[in-house]
Amino acid sequence: MRDWGYRIREQRGTLLAFLVFVVMFAIYVVNHPAGFTANVVTTAANKGVLLALVAMAQTVVVLTSGIDLSVGMVFVLTNCLASALVVGSPAATALGVAAVLFTGLLCGVLNGLIVIYGRLQPIVATIATGAIFYGLALVLRPVPGGDVNSDLADALTSQLPGGVPASLVVLLVVVLALWLPFRRSEIGRGVYAVGSSELAAYMSGVPVGRAKFAAYCLSGLLAAMGGLFLTFLTYSGEASAANGNTYTLYSIAAVVLGGVSLFGGSGSAIGAIFGALAFRTIGDLLFVFDLDPLWQPLFQGIILLAAVCLGSFRLFRIRNRLELFG
Amino acid sequence: MAFFRMEGVSKRFGGVHALRGADLQVEPGRIHAILGENGAGKSTLIKIMAGVIQPDEGRMIMDGRDVRFASPAAANDAGIVCIFQELSLMPDLTVADNIVISHPPKRFGLIDRRAQRRIAEEALARAGGEDIHPLTPVRDLPLSRRQIVEIAKALSRNPRILILDEATSALTAADVTKVYEVLKRLRREGLALLYISHRMQEIDELADDCTVFRNGRNVATYAAGTKSDNEVVELMIGREYTHVFPPKPSEVPNAGAPLLEARGVSWTHRLKNVSLDVRRGEIVGLGGLDGQGQRELLLALFGVLRGVSGEVLIEGRPVPRMSPSRAKNPGIGMALIPEDRKTEGLMLPMSVRDNLSFAALDRLSRFGVIDDAAESAAIDRMIRLLAIRTDGTAVPVGALSGGNQQKVLIAKWLMVSPRIILLNDPTRGIDVGTKQEFYHLLRELAREGAAIVFYSTDYAELIGCCDRVLVLYDGAVKRVLAGPEITEHALVGSALNIATETRDVGARPMVGM
Repeated sequence: MRDWGYRIREQRGTLLAFLVFVVMFAIYVVNHPAGFTANVVTTAANKGVLLALVAMAQTVVVLTSGIDLSVGMVFVLTNCLASALVVGSPAATALGVAAVLFTGLLCGVLNGLIVIYGRLQPIVATIATGAIFYGLALVLRPVPGGDVNSDLADALTSQLPGGVPASLVVLLVVVLALWLPFRRSEIGRGVYAVGSSELAAYMSGVPVGRAKFAAYCLSGLLAAMGGLFLTFLTYSGEASAANGNTYTLYSIAAVVLGGVSLFGGSGSAIGAIFGALAFRTIGDLLFVFDLDPLWQPLFQGIILLAAVCLGSFRLFRIRNRLELFG
Repeated sequence: MAFFRMEGVSKRFGGVHALRGADLQVEPGRIHAILGENGAGKSTLIKIMAGVIQPDEGRMIMDGRDVRFASPAAANDAGIVCIFQELSLMPDLTVADNIVISHPPKRFGLIDRRAQRRIAEEALARAGGEDIHPLTPVRDLPLSRRQIVEIAKALSRNPRILILDEATSALTAADVTKVYEVLKRLRREGLALLYISHRMQEIDELADDCTVFRNGRNVATYAAGTKSDNEVVELMIGREYTHVFPPKPSEVPNAGAPLLEARGVSWTHRLKNVSLDVRRGEIVGLGGLDGQGQRELLLALFGVLRGVSGEVLIEGRPVPRMSPSRAKNPGIGMALIPEDRKTEGLMLPMSVRDNLSFAALDRLSRFGVIDDAAESAAIDRMIRLLAIRTDGTAVPVGALSGGNQQKVLIAKWLMVSPRIILLNDPTRGIDVGTKQEFYHLLRELAREGAAIVFYSTDYAELIGCCDRVLVLYDGAVKRVLAGPEITEHALVGSALNIATETRDVGARPMVGM
C-alpha cells in the first residue's frame, strides 16, 4: 500500500462522517422552500457549531478512553457566566470572554484532577462535577436573563461578505488553532497512546497523567467555547438542566457518528464535528418534510442507531470471531 | 569496574520475597544472560532496573553514582531501556508513532512527521524490519512483526543498557536470525545487553556471561559455555534434572477411529485444504514457521472462525454450528488453551477460583445455582494436579507468576474434562520446571484417552512430545512426520518448505512470512 492509502485508512471514520453529513445536508437544502441560500446555511451552521464545539470537547476525553458527562453542564455554566460578563466596552467584553474561557478551563482542571489524582472513574466523577457546575449555573442565573455584547454576538453569528457563515469560520479557527496543533503535539500523541493502551503508554515513558489531564482541560475549554457561542446566539443565559443533559448526550452521539472509538485511541475531532453537523441536520430534515417536531427525538434515535450499525458493518466481515472483542 | 551494578537488592510483594539481596554487574560490550526458574526473581530484577517498581532495599550504581528510577521514563533517560515480555506497543498508533513515542522529534513545538518517519525507518532498519511500513497501525501487524517494532522502538532511544525479556519468544525463525545479528552488532557498538530467555540454544548462541537466579538470589555467575546444559538447569531448579520429556508410548495405544477429524478445512487465504485426524491417546503436533496457519487451524476446529469450508468430525460425526460454548458439550468435549493468556485465557483481576470455574460453571451448578462444595472440591483437585503455586484461591490470577498463570489456564479447561485438547503454543515464556511438569501432564492426559493437538514454536517440544507432527506452510500441510521421523532436521526442512535432502538449509535465504 502507498502512503496515501495508509493516510486515508487512518481517516476512514472522519471521511464517512463527512459523507453522511454532505448527503443529509444536500437532502435538506434541496427540499428547503428557500433552497441553498446564505440564510439557510447560516442558521444551520449556527446550530451545528454549538454541538460541534461540545462534541469536540467530548472527543478529546473519549480519545483517552474516558468519557466526560459534564460537558453539557460546562456549556450551560459558561453560557450563564457569559450572559453576565461578556458585556460593555470592547475591553470589558474581551476580559469577559477570557474569564468565561478560563472558567471552562478550570472546570476541565477539576475533572482532570479528580479523575487522574483522585483515581475515580470518569463516568462517575463527571456526573458529580456536572451537577456541581449546574448548581453554580443556577446560582448565577436562577431565572433566564442577562445580556451579551451584541456587536460581537452579531458579528460571530451572521454572514461574512460572500455569504459565508461567520460561525463556520470560528469553528475553522478553533480547529486550526487548537485541534490540529494538539493532534500534532507530543501531549496530543500521548492522549492517543493512553487511549490505545494505558499500560503500554506508561511502559513507553509517556506521561500518562499529564496527557489525560491535558485532555480534560482542553475539553473544558472547548465546552466553554460552546457556552460562549450559545450566549451569542440567544443574547442571554439560562441554567437549563435539560439543555445541559441534551448536549452531553448529543455530544456522545456526535462522537460516535464521527467515527471516534469509544474505546479510545482512534478518531478525530474533525470527524466529531461532521458527526455533530449531521446529527443536527436530522432535526432540520423533519422540518422540511413538514413532520411534527415531536417526532424529532424518535428520528434522531433511529438515525443514531442506524449510523452506529453502519459503523459496525465491519463486524459482519470479520471472519475470526476473536476480533469481535478486539 | 562494571559501569552498572546492583547490590543487595530486595523486594517483597505482600509476604513473598521476590528478591532477597540480589547482586548483578553489567559490563558494556557484553551480552549477559539471566537464567532462572519462574518466580526466581528475574522479572522483578528487571522491573527494578527499568524503573517500573522500586526496591525495598539495596542500591543501584551507575557510572560510580547511586541511581534510583522513579518511572520507566527516568530509567530510559539514564540509558536503560527494556523490551518487556508483554508488548508495550499502542495498537491504534502507527509503527512510526510507536517508535518515537517517548521522544518524538519536534519542529516549532509540534511533532515533525517527516523526521519521525526518518527515525522510524532507521530504527526499523537497525532492528531488521526494513519491510515494515512505518504508517501501518500496529494493530494490523502479526505478533512477530510487532516484536521487531518493539526492538526498533527500544533502539531509537539509544540505550546504554538494553534489556530483552523473552524478546524472541514471538519471533519466527527468520526473524530470530536477524535479531541475533542485530544484538551482536549492538554488542560490538559497546552496548550492555541483558538477555532473558528460556531457550538454551539462544543463550549458547549469544551470551558472554550468565547469571542464574533462584528464589530471589543470584546463585551463580559464570562465563558462557563453561557449564553444560544439565549443570545450568540443575542450578536453576535446584534439583536433579533427569528427563525433560516423558517417554512416548511405543505405539499409538488405540488404533481405533479418530476422535477428531478435519477434512479439507479451508478459510480465506490462511488455511488451504487442511486435513488431520487425531485418535484417543495421541498427541499430534503442528509445526512450521510461525504464522503459517497453525493458530487459524486451531481456531477453526474450535468454531471461532466464520466461513470455514470443509468438515470437522467428532467420532466420525460432523458437528453443526461449532462454537466455543458448544465445544464444552459432553458430546464434543473440546478445549482450546489459547496463546495469549492475558487476553484470551484469563481474567487477570478475578480470583484464581473464579478463573478456574468459568468454563465448568454449568457442570458445577444445579438449577443454575453454583454448588460451592462441588466447586471447591474440583478446584482443589486441579490445584493439586497441576501443582499451582498460589496463596489461596481468592488471590487475583494477575498476582501469580507467568508459569502459574499458565497452569491456571490449563486447569480451567481441564475442569470440563475435555476429550479433545487443542493447545496453542502453551509454553511460551514459562520456565523449564513448569514446562517439564506440563509435558508429563500432557502425556498423562493422552494416556487417559484424550486426543491432543499441540501447536508449538519450539521444535524441541514437537520432537519430545508428539506422536505425529503436521508441518504447515502457507496455510497447507506440507508434510506429516511420525515417530522417529520427527527430527529437527526434518522439521526445519519442511517448515521452510524445502526438500529435506537439501543439506545446506542454513545457507538458503529464509522463505518469507
